[in-house]
Amino acid sequence: MTYPENYKYTKEHEWVLIEGDKGTIGITDHAQSELGDIVFVDLPKPGAAINKGQTFGSVESVKAVSDIYAPVSGEVLEINTGLSATPEKLNSDPHGEAWLIKVKLAKPGEINELLAPADYQKYIGA
Amino acid sequence: MPRISIQGKKPSLTPGAAAENRHNICVFNKKQRPAAAIQDQPTSLENASKSLEKSLLTPGKLAKTTPNATLKITSPWMPDTTELKRTPLFETHLASKAKMVDFGGWNMPVQYSSIIEEHNAVRTAVGLFDVSHMGEIEVRGPQALSLVNYVATNNAAKLKPWQAHYSALLYEHGGVVDDILVHRLPDGNMFLCVNASNQEKDFEHIKQVVGKSFDAEVDFASDRYAQIAMQGPKALATLQKLTKTNLSEIKYYWFADGAVGGTPARIARTGYTGEDGFEIYIAPGEAPGIWNELLKAGEEFAIRPCGLGARNTLRLEAAMALYGHELTASINPLEANLGWIVKMDKGDFVGRAALEKAQTAGLTRGLVGFEMKERGIGRDGYEVWIEGKPAGWVTSGGPSPTLNKNIGLCFLPAAKALPDIAIQVIIRNTPVEAVTVPAPFYKRAKA
Repeated sequence: MTYPENYKYTKEHEWVLIEGDKGTIGITDHAQSELGDIVFVDLPKPGAAINKGQTFGSVESVKAVSDIYAPVSGEVLEINTGLSATPEKLNSDPHGEAWLIKVKLAKPGEINELLAPADYQKYIGA
Repeated sequence: MPRISIQGKKPSLTPGAAAENRHNICVFNKKQRPAAAIQDQPTSLENASKSLEKSLLTPGKLAKTTPNATLKITSPWMPDTTELKRTPLFETHLASKAKMVDFGGWNMPVQYSSIIEEHNAVRTAVGLFDVSHMGEIEVRGPQALSLVNYVATNNAAKLKPWQAHYSALLYEHGGVVDDILVHRLPDGNMFLCVNASNQEKDFEHIKQVVGKSFDAEVDFASDRYAQIAMQGPKALATLQKLTKTNLSEIKYYWFADGAVGGTPARIARTGYTGEDGFEIYIAPGEAPGIWNELLKAGEEFAIRPCGLGARNTLRLEAAMALYGHELTASINPLEANLGWIVKMDKGDFVGRAALEKAQTAGLTRGLVGFEMKERGIGRDGYEVWIEGKPAGWVTSGGPSPTLNKNIGLCFLPAAKALPDIAIQVIIRNTPVEAVTVPAPFYKRAKA
């Protein structure tokens, strides 16, 4: 699995794609691989505020529960509602179709604190 | 049927003396468990693999990550891997790119590809498990049967030669030391299969309670056996290719000594999945070769090697107890629905007096199945409420791949340990609706 060049990453294994003042957030391929078969996703409602470094939802695999941490602060614009019926998409396409939420950025400067793809891959030892 | 004789040592056991006992910490007070477990929630995806292990581990024990060739986890508490014990199939698992975890002090595969796919392979065809971490204890001598009958709850005197049954070792106070399989050999000797993380404790317990009062020798035999479980509706057809023993003549919970792939093997029609299948005891040095032959024999049925993850989801659907979860030193077998393996009328046995007292006083709690009604997964250690008040705890819980529901087992006050009781499982401080249901959740169709 490749780590898209235009995404930024966190040490907690989330990614964010910035487009203008909006960000799309998901979990990394490394995260889904460590979790195994994902069977449950819990996401905030549109309109909710998320804060960088704080948990905004959770994913569960057959064996494990994991919090998802916000890579950036902002307001939730949209959630990927399809994941509630097909959480397994997080295993097959974590960097694409299985994005989690879209947010309006509150502090665009925060993205400078995130990891570039090469740095993230180095971090996970890929 | 010939008697097998297995000799030799497990080749790749790593532990030093310290490691021998470090995993033997499996007793904890259930009453204290729920609150502690709730604080145990993982805090980030970074911790996912830790919690993956933790959920398989004996509660109360610190989970450790397991660095190896196929799995790299950045963790501030990387353990010294030399502390972890290995089965003779360790290298085989690494070569198969299995995800390895610390399970009660053993470095074991939790999954090879996907827990769900491995689970489904066992339900629909056949799967292969390395269960060499399980312990073996041999009891030999004129009073071997009497000894076993005195330390274990089921009535070993009812066993015919080549027959096996499920039983339990108890403390005098009635709590469970371990749940075990007892096999009766034609010469009167007894072969016990015990849980991995309890094996030294069991051995010491048996020696301690029987003292010298029986004319029998208790032998810690774990190093002489590897154990491979082949489970699923196609297990018989697969295994039959590699043995001359007529497997269809071995009834459920009977066993035979024969050969598998030319290697002396004890073949028991037992298992921990709710499916038909066999547990095969062989010399440790033969395990890698036999493992690969068994996988090859199962190719036509799309056999899969299966890890402890699938072993756990399979046994949970079948509502089979897991020591450290449904059974502990502070839970008696009657509470855990194991009255069927406790034979009060067989004569005295260790723990009998305490159970009699508990029965007379009336059981205070019982184990019951549940399924989630709302979105959410009730997991091991979560608190259970009834009508807004704390009532019990989840002993084992998770998604059921076969039923596509979120299921579990929980302890509740005896009067509420019945089907159709509305309960709430506390998932991250939020009560989520569930209902008690009859267990097992899954029963295979009888052939």
